[in-house]
Amino acid sequence: MYRSHVLVCGGTGCTSSGSLKVKEAFEKAIKAEGLEKEVAVVETGCHGLCQMGPVVIVYPDATFYARVEAKDVEEIVKEHLLKGRIVKRLVYEEAQTEDGVKTLADTNFYSKQVRVALRNCGVINPEDIDEYIGTGGYEALGKVLTEMTPDEVIQVILDSGLRGRGGAGFPTGLKWKLCRPNQADKKYVCCNGDEGDPGAFMDRSVLEGDPHAVLEAMAIAGYAIGSDQGYIYVRAEYPIAVERLKIAIKQAREYGLLGKNIFGTGFNFDIDLRLGAGAFVCGEETALMTSIEGKRGEPRPRPPFPAVKGLFGKPSILNNVETYANIPQIILKGAEWFASMGTEKSKGTKVFALGGKIKNTGLVEIPMGTPLRTIIENIGGGIPNGKKFKAVQTGGPSGGCIPAQYIDIPVDYENLASIGCIVGSGGMIVMDEDNCMVDIAKFFLEFTVDESCGKCTACRIGTRRMLEILTKITDGKATMDDLTKLEELCLYVKNNSLCALGQTAPNPVLSTLKFFKDEYIAHIVDKKCPAGVCKALMTYNIDPAKCIGCKACAKGCPANAIKVNANSEVKEGKKLPYLVIGDECVKCGACQATCKFGAIYKK
Amino acid sequence: MKSLAELKAIKEKMQNQMNMRSDADHTRVVVGMATCGIAAGARPVLNTLSDEIQKRGLTDKIAVTQTGCIGLCQFEPIVEVYEPGKEKVTYIKMDAEKALEVIERHLVGGHVVEKYSMGASGLK
Ligand SMILES: Cc1cc2nc3c(=O)[nH]c(=O)nc-3n(C[C@H](O)[C@H](O)[C@H](O)COP(=O)(O)O)c2cc1C
Repeated sequence: MYRSHVLVCGGTGCTSSGSLKVKEAFEKAIKAEGLEKEVAVVETGCHGLCQMGPVVIVYPDATFYARVEAKDVEEIVKEHLLKGRIVKRLVYEEAQTEDGVKTLADTNFYSKQVRVALRNCGVINPEDIDEYIGTGGYEALGKVLTEMTPDEVIQVILDSGLRGRGGAGFPTGLKWKLCRPNQADKKYVCCNGDEGDPGAFMDRSVLEGDPHAVLEAMAIAGYAIGSDQGYIYVRAEYPIAVERLKIAIKQAREYGLLGKNIFGTGFNFDIDLRLGAGAFVCGEETALMTSIEGKRGEPRPRPPFPAVKGLFGKPSILNNVETYANIPQIILKGAEWFASMGTEKSKGTKVFALGGKIKNTGLVEIPMGTPLRTIIENIGGGIPNGKKFKAVQTGGPSGGCIPAQYIDIPVDYENLASIGCIVGSGGMIVMDEDNCMVDIAKFFLEFTVDESCGKCTACRIGTRRMLEILTKITDGKATMDDLTKLEELCLYVKNNSLCALGQTAPNPVLSTLKFFKDEYIAHIVDKKCPAGVCKALMTYNIDPAKCIGCKACAKGCPANAIKVNANSEVKEGKKLPYLVIGDECVKCGACQATCKFGAIYKK
Repeated sequence: MKSLAELKAIKEKMQNQMNMRSDADHTRVVVGMATCGIAAGARPVLNTLSDEIQKRGLTDKIAVTQTGCIGLCQFEPIVEVYEPGKEKVTYIKMDAEKALEVIERHLVGGHVVEKYSMGASGLK
């Protein structure tokens, strides 16, 4: 029996900042102190505060150490684990108080969160099925198989109000209900772990941190719709998730929680993995199923819907990873419990991936309907460097932006839709006054142009033409006519594309046009980029009043664009202007970063 | 897995370990583990407390942790019990057996074991 647990995050974020070395160092140091029978070292999934990685949490005190390096470990072991003295300098800043430290749950980042889908992430060892069972794992499957009929299961999911977390927000119970009556020799339960939305990584986190929750939920879905085979489609770029899923499936099979005659009830269910190569379109449900079949991942028209004719032409359901992660909890705690969280039509919690110009980047899970302000200012810790909040992009390349004037909007499906945004898969990219909205729209459109599968003309060619117009605008070469054309094209692509990739591709343009049309016009008419981002429309200049002529900028300039001014005049004993920036300038901004006197400015 | 009973058995085996990883408000049992405490034998006290709390399935309510030097080195090993909403109780000159008694009578039974507490030695 251990008296203390040291949890080291082994999620993708922390692993890339060196958490595995930290874990090894703990094992070594603990052994050196002879504590190996008293203190357990546990590798977990992601705890959400990726910014602060590698993250180490010591229980039972719940002390949250941030940015731990291997060289810090000996001190933690000798001081904290042996003598009980918390190493304050390594504790997450937010958790430090005047007279000690507070627990994680009391910090701004965590106190407003409600963890349902992420409940085990960062808490259990995802490679040990016993730890999952120790937190109530597979009890929901047991309950469903021994106490409930498939129709009762579907009713609970319906009553909970759970809607798909993969983007479209379709009611999960209804999806299952539509599939259940369809008779066939084989039916399939699929899981969408493709997670193509740039900036979103909650599905990766669930698969890495709590893979059994997804397996259990898929088995429950199998029982509900009458299927004995599941497939998880996960992108090959998630090697840790793939590895943990493989281990989880193996352990579940060994325990007989997957396979034949589960809990002696006669119910059979097994799950296999399929790896995707990372095409965005393969996250679309019909393309995903086509890809599992071993064919080129392209969407096909619906109907027939997958509930009737899905994978291998058989009735199938597809749900997102995060959607599944909610299911076992709903079964155990009841539909009312889940429905008590959130708003009228958006129930439960949602995981958001906070990124961009925000202090605390990472994963946060909050009840639906939480005001955007709480997410940005409290949980996210606000905008760094004293900059002004400008907008947040939700839903990635299919979504739109919420401008600062809507900062009090409750975040749920309906409210975001009312201003032309979507919850989407939960990506939230925060932007400040230094972001150019035309440039943002261009960024997302570049993504869709790359990722369009090419099957239908509207998407393949339409998005390319849109990007050309946007580039013309950011280059300062567009006319107001181009803007009208762009708006027309948006509607055309939206209405004529086969799948939601094309149908939603214009959203970032439409939404920035709606809220920031003045920025478009500034680029077109005044040939100016108000945020100073679009390189063609701005120059770097030297303020002669502030320049002292030290030439630090000239030395650092990669293009040798900064020269001594041959025509400078002598004023008050100084040659002015002493330095000038020539046409060779590549607008990299290195000079501005070098200048200690703030003499270089963008115009 | 042939039955729910099998699942339950694994859960019971694991539960106490898992409950330790919670951020909830616990009763805290704190053992002084500075050099003075360790030299006086605080480590077996700590381990006995931790093991017994787990064996009794109390980890969801009680957290056993350590602290540094409490400043009363001659009375080590020292164990402090912090119960939410109650005054702190300090036990002095503890050993493994006394620790078990404190669990039985104080933490489970709800009665402070006066004879080991600091108050009893007239030090309060
Ligand atoms: C272009 C495109 C990409 C998509 N990518 C994903 C994805 O990466 N993950 C996901 O869960 N759903 C994705 N979807 C949504 C799926 O088509 C589908 O609605 C979802 O997986 C259903 O699960 P849910 O009801 O649980 O959300 C994508 C849709 C489109 C059109």
